[in-house]
Amino acid sequence: MAMAQAKLDATDARLATLSLPTGGWAEAARRDALTRVQATGLPGRRDEYWKYTRPDMLTAATAAEAAIFDADEAPVFGEVDQLKLVFVDGVFDAAASDDLALDHVRIERLAEAGSADIHWARDLYGTLEIAGQTPVVRPLAALNTAFATDGVLIHVTGAAPKPIALVYHHSDPKSDVMLHHVIRMDAGAELTLLESGPVAARCNMVMEIDVADSAAFNHVRVQGRDHERQAATHIFARLGQESRFKSFTMTANGVMTRNECVIELTGDDASAHVAGACMGDGDFLHDDTVFITHDALNCESRQVFKKVLRNGATGVFQGKILVKAGAQKTDGYQISQSLLLDEDSQFLAKPELEIYADDVACSHGSTSGAIDEDALFYLRARGVPHGIATDLLTLSFLAEAVEEIEDAGLAEEIVTRMEAWLARRRG
Amino acid sequence: MLEIKNLHVELEEEDKQILKGVNLTVEAGKVHAIMGPNGSGKSTLSYVLAGRDGYEVTEGSATLEGEDLLDLDPEERASLGLFMAFQYPVEIPGVGNMTFLRTAVNAQRKARGEDEMSATEFLKEIRAKAKELQIDAEMLKRPVNVGFSGGEKKRNEILQMAMLAPKMCILDETDSGLDVDAMKLVADGVNALRDEGRGFLVITHYQRLLNHIKPDVVHIMSNGRIVKTGGPELALEVEENGYGGILAEAV
Repeated sequence: MAMAQAKLDATDARLATLSLPTGGWAEAARRDALTRVQATGLPGRRDEYWKYTRPDMLTAATAAEAAIFDADEAPVFGEVDQLKLVFVDGVFDAAASDDLALDHVRIERLAEAGSADIHWARDLYGTLEIAGQTPVVRPLAALNTAFATDGVLIHVTGAAPKPIALVYHHSDPKSDVMLHHVIRMDAGAELTLLESGPVAARCNMVMEIDVADSAAFNHVRVQGRDHERQAATHIFARLGQESRFKSFTMTANGVMTRNECVIELTGDDASAHVAGACMGDGDFLHDDTVFITHDALNCESRQVFKKVLRNGATGVFQGKILVKAGAQKTDGYQISQSLLLDEDSQFLAKPELEIYADDVACSHGSTSGAIDEDALFYLRARGVPHGIATDLLTLSFLAEAVEEIEDAGLAEEIVTRMEAWLARRRG
Repeated sequence: MLEIKNLHVELEEEDKQILKGVNLTVEAGKVHAIMGPNGSGKSTLSYVLAGRDGYEVTEGSATLEGEDLLDLDPEERASLGLFMAFQYPVEIPGVGNMTFLRTAVNAQRKARGEDEMSATEFLKEIRAKAKELQIDAEMLKRPVNVGFSGGEKKRNEILQMAMLAPKMCILDETDSGLDVDAMKLVADGVNALRDEGRGFLVITHYQRLLNHIKPDVVHIMSNGRIVKTGGPELALEVEENGYGGILAEAV
């Protein structure tokens, strides 16, 4: 079918503002990606997977300005022993970053390593992204593969002795950024990756993660608290035998955030957990779009998404578990829930299961609700004031998602941030 | 301590009268028991005193040490020293029992203009009190009432009562769902809190709890009113003859 003229025009207008980086091992992947974007066009409002979230802000030729958020809190994960990599408006800041040397880990910048002719990342850059385009196209990810200007390439060969933290700073109200990270986890390797901070006025992020047999990848991300950001993020992961993948995202504020996560379990006995907790107040749209494919025996996947919405905020969840023929003994779980703190807010959810194997256990649930009056009365009857009681119950609602964070210290820090967010809004 | 006068209460949504003129005074240092058949209004009385939504007081008053309770929010009543042990304690996933209790203790202290309890002071006190109620450290760390047995939930209520040190305690069918051993443990916890400055209102369906928590005064409630008041022997009479005889006599 020919692309609708409006979509074609919008795509052309966006592409006209960009120039394809040339040279080096990534060029072929970039050109291929550009061809794919031209073929599909950028997302439009009538696309099935953009039914609940208007893509306009993310596809517009130029980004809307976003005010610089004045952080009044200490940096997230600031106290964690970590190797810090700083990006300012999408550009790696070597001076603000730690030395890149870390046992069992090799870290490079995409912007620098990209000029070489041969590189390990060549086999992955754009590869997992392409795999994630079927059966649902994700043109913004392809756009990123074509035009991303920076990012990190991380090759982990053993157990990383400490987490790597990607810290983002936003300093130009007009910044429009595409970052592309590639992570290769060799067999048995272990890494915890942290991400935090406002990236830019508008950002388009892709992270491709290849988790080889028995490797373990842990990801904890904190988005926000910048109010005016427009973000599209994509995680593409491929999981080998007995590997473990865990990703948790906390999102506070943001007019437009679309987090896509596409995971393929290709080795037997692998496990993937994806969780998110978001908190929105007012002009806020947060969309979690998840696609997990089971293509091996005895794998487990969990999706736990919780959204706290107030003052007309909107939450979107599109989550799918696809169990391919032969993927027996699959254990799939998916829950998406919203807590609507007033009647103006809304939650739109589309949970999907597609199963082609006969010996599997898959469950999904999606609910929208208000604060439980019985629980509220119980707390108040003990002397806890209404506002604090509501906050405690909100944290209680978010708990199942937070419990997906393996490290107790990181989980505690996340809860502290959530408490602070709620406390700032307490009447 | 607690003074209830001519209390009339309707269900807000149904326009149905539940309490039809309750008169009751609980003195400091005394244990009053309210017994009565299902639907007599016992639990409604406790909810109305604690400040639950959904009820409308159409007539009468309820005061605690002279302070009007009925205009106050539930948390204000709690800070004044009113405590209700729930018949069905609520489960709150993700909120630790200790966090919850410390929040409650300090919120009440703050409301009364007192200093908050330090973390160490709180820990010391809760450990000692939990031990008496045979509540182990693990249970203190777990989310509020989540995965607790019926007996554990009720012991947790008594632990909250002990930590909050209220002036007036209302126990709403605290014996429901408890076996004999669990009931004894709960009763011991309550008895340990009996003192001159504290009043108790024990609401129960059966006499057996009153074998362990010995009341000073027993009231029989029926159809929204207290129809008979007497000593502990009244409870025994109910146990032997059921409510039928007493209610027939009262009418």
